[in-house]
Amino acid sequence: MSDTVLGIQYDGGVLIACDQSNARSILLYQTNIDKIKELTSHTMMGVSGPNCDLVNFTEYIEKNLNLYELENDGTKLSTKAQANFCRNTLATALRKGPYQVDVLLGGYDTVKKQAELYFMDHLAALQKVSYNAQGYAAYFCLSIMDRDYIKGLGYDDALEIMNKCIKALHKRFLLSQPNFIIKIVDKDGVRVVSVGADPADT
Amino acid sequence: MSYDRAITVFSPDGHLLQVEYSMEAVRRGSTVVGVQGADCVVLAVEKRAIAKLQDARTIRKIVSIDDRTILAFAGLTADARVLINKVRLEAQSYRLTMEDAPSIDYTARFLAKIQQQYTQQGGVRPFGIATLVAGVGADANDPDKPFLYQTDPAGTHSRWKAQVIGGRNAKSLREFLEKQYAANMTEQQCLRLAIQALMEVVDSGAKTMELCVLRRGGKKEMLKESMIENVIKEIESEQQEGQAAAAASAGGES
Repeated sequence: MSDTVLGIQYDGGVLIACDQSNARSILLYQTNIDKIKELTSHTMMGVSGPNCDLVNFTEYIEKNLNLYELENDGTKLSTKAQANFCRNTLATALRKGPYQVDVLLGGYDTVKKQAELYFMDHLAALQKVSYNAQGYAAYFCLSIMDRDYIKGLGYDDALEIMNKCIKALHKRFLLSQPNFIIKIVDKDGVRVVSVGADPADT
Repeated sequence: MSYDRAITVFSPDGHLLQVEYSMEAVRRGSTVVGVQGADCVVLAVEKRAIAKLQDARTIRKIVSIDDRTILAFAGLTADARVLINKVRLEAQSYRLTMEDAPSIDYTARFLAKIQQQYTQQGGVRPFGIATLVAGVGADANDPDKPFLYQTDPAGTHSRWKAQVIGGRNAKSLREFLEKQYAANMTEQQCLRLAIQALMEVVDSGAKTMELCVLRRGGKKEMLKESMIENVIKEIESEQQEGQAAAAASAGGES
């Protein structure tokens, strides 16, 4: 709940922002972690939850998507298929040993030529959305997104909404999350837009 | 049908006949040549004539196992598909647990292990394929250098500088390679040697060959037909010059 994941789908791409804090209970391990995992060349997933499940879940998905590509002569799975594969993994694990992760999966479908954002939670719910947020941040940010989001908005407007949300969290959210990492996925793939603290800095 | 009954059993004179028969199946397959150079490995396969109505693009004989590993096989195509999928899965599994890519040494050993298991397990027959695999990571001091490995139906694997599998002329081609091979060849020289070897068994022409280069660091490239054509033309013109020179000197002597 305490991890923030924000996602906005705009015309031609998806923006996902995550806070960079790695904490458990009262202990703050680090403030420069990158919680947005790149699954394939054109998909990324912002994840909230315990670090162990974050890593295990995302790496498992990433390697299986890689395997699919190798086995099928280079064919990539569509964003929708990837999201459903994730959901299926979550659902199967749910009654055995659940992954306690809530994710926002954003991707650019190179065949359909459109950007897609999917909301997935630890109970294996899956929903395609235009924008959403995971964690306590939702209480603060969804109303901002509801008001400002218009269908067909562009990159600059989407980034502005994102920054507004982050500002609101900095002002009103009890937990201090000073650093945010924002990544974008569009026809050119996944790349970093802005980062609060360098994840490579040990 | 009981699945605990072994199919591969020793003959009285110590042969595993099923394994030897599967090697015969390999000989019936199309030829594959592998050549290792200073900074690359070249895999060349013979493309046998396909039916007119068949789409040639869906018949891939040189496949990717992993980002930095390629494999070519000789023998039963269906068996190859099963074995290739097993090793692809293992490569990703290795990456997941070790957070590192498997070396070509590991990949070849895994392939060989599976092939051997199928000679010593109840209810199964050996895979009817031999493989040539190329990849990096075998040398700890030079992790980007590509190497060539071969596996066979018996389940053995070893590193080769140049090797031929499949086809009835594998033995004579191997002798050809032994004569012509030189250490630390450039990529161009490796391509020439591989194509020259294949030209001994296939009708000349780029349409009957498929080539893939694995370079230092694991970068791969499937060669375009035009590129193969150029090398073939070079080799053929040199052969003609050689023949003309030999004829001229022979004519002069008589």
